[in-house]
Parts: sequence; C-alpha cells; structure tokens
Amino acid sequence: MTELIDLRHVEDIVKARSTVRDHSQKLGFGLVDQTRIVTAASELARNTIEHGGGGFLQIMIIDNMNKVGINLVFEDRGKGIDNIELALSGGYSTGSGLGLGLKGSKQLMHDFEINSKHGTGTRVSVTRWKP
Amino acid sequence: MDRIPILKVGNILLVSIRVDMDDITVQNLHDDLCEDIVKKRAQGVLIDISSLDMVDSYIGHMLGTIASTSSILGAVTVVAGMRPAVALTMVELGLTLKNVKTALNIELGIVEINNLIQVQGAT
Repeated sequence: MTELIDLRHVEDIVKARSTVRDHSQKLGFGLVDQTRIVTAASELARNTIEHGGGGFLQIMIIDNMNKVGINLVFEDRGKGIDNIELALSGGYSTGSGLGLGLKGSKQLMHDFEINSKHGTGTRVSVTRWKP
Repeated sequence: MDRIPILKVGNILLVSIRVDMDDITVQNLHDDLCEDIVKKRAQGVLIDISSLDMVDSYIGHMLGTIASTSSILGAVTVVAGMRPAVALTMVELGLTLKNVKTALNIELGIVEINNLIQVQGAT
C-alpha cells in the first residue's frame, strides 16, 4: 500500500505528519515509535520544502510474512546536497534550520538511504520496522 | 491559519498548545507573546505542551527563541507537560532545550515561574 503527499508549502508538513501518524497507529507501532516516525517525517518534509524547493512524500506500508514496517521516501528536484557527509554530521545548515534534520532522522529510523546529486535533487528513504 | 490563544492569569501569560502547529503558527505565537508581555506587563510565560505529540527541531528551536526573547523583555518562561515519548524522541534527535526551563505539569510550572520571578526580583 502506498500514499503520495505533495510537499510544497510549510503547511504541508502538518499534513505529512498527520498522515504518517495515522499509518503508524494503524500498523500498531508503540507510542514512542510513533513519535519517532512522525518526528523524522517532520524533519525530512521540512528539508524537502525548504532546501529542495518542494517535492513529495511517498508512504509505503510493508507487511509481509516476517516483517512489518513503514517506509517514507522524500523526493525533490532541488539543487541537491554538495557534501552529504557534512550534512549528515549534524549542526550544519544552509537554511534557517539547525542542521539536525538529516542526522536526527537517521537516528530515529532503522534504515536510512540518501541519494543526492548536485543540480538533480535529493531522495531520502527511511524505514522503521515493528519490533 | 490557527492563532494560539494567550490567557493572562495574574502576572503570568498562559498558553496551551492544542493543535498540530505549522511553522507559521509557531512564528505567530512568538510574535503575539512578545507583544502581550509588554502590553500586559507579564513577568512569566507558561507554555503547556501536554497535547503535543511531537517536538521537531523547528518547534524546539522556537521554544528556545521564545524563552530568549521573553527573557530580554523581562519575563521568565517555563515549558510544562512534555510527554515522555516526546522527551525521549527529542534527545535521540539531538535536541536538548538547554536554555528552556521545564516542569512536569502546569501546576508545577506555575510554582517554578513564581520561584523564578522571586529570584529575579531579589537580584
């Protein structure tokens, strides 16, 4: 099951949060895990809008025989990240944020994958699995 | 766009956040609080976040900004009622809210604010 959410204006972050919250709840994640997933979604959605110039979020529910989880993909066609390692080190920011977004979301989720090329945009995929 | 109501109880401004705030709502809250501190001669600001089910880096950053601005205007700020899951997630995210005073609930928040005002008045 997948759902797409447009991320254009800062108001869309609230919509992203509430949709991700609903899905995590339905999947039966515990309260702390729900909070982790929603917080990561909020950070990454803000990155997509503020640094990527807008894009979308794809929410995918993974539910097969042995694993249940939620996968969030944030994609934009912005200017990309020049130095991913630096951006992931935290405390580094090109915008108004604190630079915690990428590093923090990585902490909050189990799987974290980032692809970014200068001039072609950024794609971040994060997954949290049910214990 | 939501506007968070600000109540005045004695010399304290009381804010209870009961909606999922977008960035503009948070910014407006900051601006409204600054205006009210001066207009209503408030000495303390109590922000109840017991209904908030997450605090991301932006909201955390703004809580710090509100505390700093209020302090410059002569008012102390206490953030009350943070849920345990929110506190846990904030620390994992790397947010510590170092410069923000916190309390377990509104009641203890008011006690803390009155203590802080007294200390401020004594110095």
